[in-house]
Amino acid sequence: MLARLGHRVLAGLAVVLGVVILTFLLLHAAPGDPVHLLLGPNATAEQVAMQREALGLDRPLAAQFATWLDRFARGDWGRSITQGLPVRQLLATAWPATVRLVGLSLLLSYLIGVAVGALQAARSGSRSDTALSVASVTLFAVPGYWLGLMLVLVFTYWARWLPAFGAQGFDADYLSGAGWLVDRARHLALPLATLTLIGIGGAARFVRGAMIETLSQPFITTARAKGLTPRQVIVRHALRNALTPVVTLLGMSLPALFSGAVFVEAVFAWPGVGRVLVEAVQARDYPVVMAATAISAVLVVAGNLLADVLAGWLDPRVRAASLTT
Amino acid sequence: MTRLLRDRRGTFGALILLVGLICAAAAPLVTSGDPNTQRDIVATRFLPPLSTDAHGDFHPIGTDRFGRDVWTRLVYGARISMGVGVLAVLVSLVVGVLVGAVAGYWRGPLSVTLLGLTDFALALPRVVLLLLLAALWRPSTALVILVLGLTGWMSIARLVHGEVRALRARPFVEGAIAVGARRLRVLARHILPNALTPVIVAAALGVGNAIMLEAGLSYLGLGVQPPTPSWGNMIASGRDTLVNAPWVATAPGVALVLIVVACTLLGDALRDVLDPNLSR
Repeated sequence: MLARLGHRVLAGLAVVLGVVILTFLLLHAAPGDPVHLLLGPNATAEQVAMQREALGLDRPLAAQFATWLDRFARGDWGRSITQGLPVRQLLATAWPATVRLVGLSLLLSYLIGVAVGALQAARSGSRSDTALSVASVTLFAVPGYWLGLMLVLVFTYWARWLPAFGAQGFDADYLSGAGWLVDRARHLALPLATLTLIGIGGAARFVRGAMIETLSQPFITTARAKGLTPRQVIVRHALRNALTPVVTLLGMSLPALFSGAVFVEAVFAWPGVGRVLVEAVQARDYPVVMAATAISAVLVVAGNLLADVLAGWLDPRVRAASLTT
Repeated sequence: MTRLLRDRRGTFGALILLVGLICAAAAPLVTSGDPNTQRDIVATRFLPPLSTDAHGDFHPIGTDRFGRDVWTRLVYGARISMGVGVLAVLVSLVVGVLVGAVAGYWRGPLSVTLLGLTDFALALPRVVLLLLLAALWRPSTALVILVLGLTGWMSIARLVHGEVRALRARPFVEGAIAVGARRLRVLARHILPNALTPVIVAAALGVGNAIMLEAGLSYLGLGVQPPTPSWGNMIASGRDTLVNAPWVATAPGVALVLIVVACTLLGDALRDVLDPNLSR
């Protein structure tokens, strides 16, 4: 088991390296020169050359990549070309906002989604099941940026209850204690509601499908025949088996904790990593894009690994299958 | 097919999709005029739904800030959005099923390579890739289809892989191998038909998802370029006039949700019809 895990970790590192190299090549192949974007159209050829040299962009690509990798591994992620700030600082400032938003919404949507899905499967075919299915299908079909706009229309423009953009009010620095918390919560409300509503739709649909599939298995009939209560059959026998694919799904959504919800962050001007990323790509801010891509690649690999380990822990059949390889 | 039609969800989904497809195909018949016509902008802009302008033209869902008829743009936008969704999923489906089935069934270097490739492709941040590619080439419909297709096959491959791997350990597969069936036959006749259930659902969801992503790209200005109408760039243009003309952003969103719901319902109904194990 440990040897297999070590093997997987090594493979994961190779994946991360591949992602980083590909991103590096794509960035440099894309038209649009950060120096031109930085200096504007009136810069002389001399100024451009000097700036290129200062940023190290005049050296061969392989040398640039080697330098970047060496520094990145040591924790020096460079400076943002457009903002002049260290990349680490830039990402460290944006990251908490994303974790707050995406982490909370993942937690809420899976908790509620699993409960709703299990409830539906237990009463599959009933009227409440149909009603909840209609609701979850509709939620799942709503694009985040559009739901965000509609919520802004209703709660900001019409009802005038909640703020529509940013993570805090303009007076946030003067607030303390409860006032600060309320301000934060009010700003969090709409983006969190947008992401969570959509997440619930997806999770409930998935859990319902997995549960119904599990409930048609012979061992459920056995459990019922043994005289277990419906509750015991659902929770102890069906849910545990149905949760394996859910865990895989959850592992796959781990990277979103970092890269954020790009579209929803864009609608609400949420100061998270997703927004930093979009701005960096548009401005060809190489160091920021490279660092952000590398971190999200690490998280993707870690998430998949975690999902596999958890799936093995939850389902001994999977563990047995992977041990025999 | 009759069983599919007996399923209410299937009927509803198919009906909505059919109406959508007919509207898109017969766009010039169900609308009046060109989606990009602008006349007297000041006199015809921001007309609310169900109003008639000074020229005597009726606007069922109003006009946008250039005085263009929202219904007409919605119908022409359906052509782009639905076409892109279906074609992108076809691309992902072919790649995903092939990679997943082979990787799940055969152990060894080939499987490891394919799984590595899948992990690799999954680890690429999709949105960054879409942004980069949209910057590399001029945004075009064909590019959007290709990029969405080639960044969407991994989940299908993983689903197929997981399913095939789990089915391999089932007694009926051991039985098939024990009676001497060739491996390709076991894979094609015994395992894949059982593994395709989640794939059909995934494909149906995928069409909806691709339509949503296309709209998302167009929303960020990287997909279909205005003045060509697409649901995404219609929502984007309605965003700025949300307060005084909410119908401009609302209408394409509702259309999008309807079509995606229809895809999902049809997928669900198909799953139940195709899988005889699921009795309700």
